[in-house]
Amino acid sequence: MSTIKIFIPRDSAAVSVGADDVALEIARRAVAENLSVEIIRNGTRGALWLEPLVEVQVGADRIGYGPVQVADVADLFKAKFLEGGAHQLCINKVDELPWLAEQDRITFKRVGIIDPLSIVDYESNGGLVGLRRALAISEKEIIAEVTESGLRGRGGAGFPAGIKWKTVSEASSETKYICCNADEGDSGTFADRILMEGDPFTLIEGMTIAGIAVGAKEGIIYIRSEYPAAIAQLEAAIAIAQEFKLLGPNILGSGRTFNVKIRIGAGSYVCGEETAMLESIEGKRGVVRSKPPLPAISGLFGKPTVINNVLTLSSVPAVLADGAASYKSRGVGRSLGTQIFQIAGNVKRGGIVETGFGITLEKLVMDYGGGTFSGKPVKAVQIGGPLGAYFAVKNFGISMDYESLIAAGGMLGHGGLVIFDENVDLAVQAKFAMEFCAIESCGKCTPCRLGSTRGAETIQLIIDGHNPESNKKLLLDLCEVMTDGSLCAMGGLTPMPVKSAMINFPEDFDSRVEVAK
Amino acid sequence: MSTATWSKDHALALLEPLRHEPGPVLIALQALQAEFGYVHVEAVALVATFFNVSRADVHGVLTFYHDLRTTPPLANAIHICVAEACQAVGSRDLEKALKNQYKDQVTDAYCFGNCALGPAVMVNGKLIGRATAAKIAAVIR
Repeated sequence: MSTIKIFIPRDSAAVSVGADDVALEIARRAVAENLSVEIIRNGTRGALWLEPLVEVQVGADRIGYGPVQVADVADLFKAKFLEGGAHQLCINKVDELPWLAEQDRITFKRVGIIDPLSIVDYESNGGLVGLRRALAISEKEIIAEVTESGLRGRGGAGFPAGIKWKTVSEASSETKYICCNADEGDSGTFADRILMEGDPFTLIEGMTIAGIAVGAKEGIIYIRSEYPAAIAQLEAAIAIAQEFKLLGPNILGSGRTFNVKIRIGAGSYVCGEETAMLESIEGKRGVVRSKPPLPAISGLFGKPTVINNVLTLSSVPAVLADGAASYKSRGVGRSLGTQIFQIAGNVKRGGIVETGFGITLEKLVMDYGGGTFSGKPVKAVQIGGPLGAYFAVKNFGISMDYESLIAAGGMLGHGGLVIFDENVDLAVQAKFAMEFCAIESCGKCTPCRLGSTRGAETIQLIIDGHNPESNKKLLLDLCEVMTDGSLCAMGGLTPMPVKSAMINFPEDFDSRVEVAK
Repeated sequence: MSTATWSKDHALALLEPLRHEPGPVLIALQALQAEFGYVHVEAVALVATFFNVSRADVHGVLTFYHDLRTTPPLANAIHICVAEACQAVGSRDLEKALKNQYKDQVTDAYCFGNCALGPAVMVNGKLIGRATAAKIAAVIR
């Protein structure tokens, strides 16, 4: 009997619900039954509610079983799952699962499919095509292709990547840097982590292309300490990339130089702000810088620096490989290409949904998400992290793209959706937004440092029924000061969840004290 | 995770490989904490002298970052995510229960990137999804 391939994710989310134990148990039983199996620890497919998702290679197909617990393993062997046998946990061909099949995976096309640290897997699934093309054309042509694709910053700000690269390429300096912002601190977002764990070579390839395009020889990935598995995976991937000459002094024999190293964060949310991140990489307190100068002109150690998010850089290889026209054929208006949405919080079917911009909020929450995990009605969805707006069911028709969300009083941010059921109290969430800002503010500017504390106090007064109407006015006034007067997005956007909660859920800001009487 | 006992010579040996790193203060403090479990009070002057920066610079970095601690670690490090996605699935109630039981071994955290399988708790470096008090009790030291 030939060796049977079994795929069990090593992704942190899968491991957090028992994937390691399941892998061990399957290996133990296979040995006991004298079966020849090879267990591949892939990334997650992103259908996180199915984790641990065990896939078995049967002919050309991968048959899935999930979510599998250790206690199910004996039963799976009895059901002959290694031959794709029927079982109540069987989801048949994983590629045909509508939740996955209906997505449009470009940036995430290999995640969950390949062995993340296998260069052979990487290359035989479309890897390195973009880098090879980048090495064959001029720097100007690379930047033109990225600009033409419409790719915008996926970290949240949505700035056109090609224009940023052009600025850095035109800056005259011996030393330039590519900084990858992997400080994915927004609650409800995990796409950076899943990509770094599930397909790290894509990020390395994207950074290398960026380095070639702008004339930078050094790349730095700033990654949060809360992601130990992603750190370990990137370290391993960088070592392998060096060994295979994908990094180093002579990339793929081209004579070009590019290296990548890792800097690890230390538990500070504001270090996801690009200038605070630069300070942190320089070993200092993560205090934001005033702009100008732009980091593209004077960034890390005062040198011209490209700062892009993990997903932006990881989308670049596909843009180069398939061309700008293919990428921008997806999406709507000025939001081109695909967005990697992350469905989180109180959700039945949470995970990664990569699809063109312009999908409705309702489709993501109800069709993909399947409503709440608790089974109670959805009350609120926060889009774009802790600084994003809270929307209600009446807003479900919103088109998920940069411009539509801004028009609706929100923002796309890093593409995370946090779903809440009817138990959520939006006044409490608004207060939390202010408290979080108070904890994480770098302290440099007054509206953020003090406004956040005063904001939390004022919301508590509203909740307690102390002059609620005048305190609501005061709170809106404070929000205006924070929005207009803060140095960066931390203080500048904290009013967004607060104001959207007040606008979309006014009933939650009525005095609870009187209700209690 | 076992940690070494603080000694200046041992600390200096850890700083030596970082001598030529640009912007070394944060990584130096992280290296010391990884080895000793915390940043000893004597480390501030040591790092400042070694890299020729002011003690204020080192103190500033040490007190800015939530990860860096100045006291020896406790028996268990329990970090519970209390950010929005985990709040939506009851992390506030779990936080209360854990703090009641494990006291100051419990620290609030903001996001482990496990937001579709919350509440997320990290116990001594191990991430637990769909966390419950019972799941945490099973891995506690």
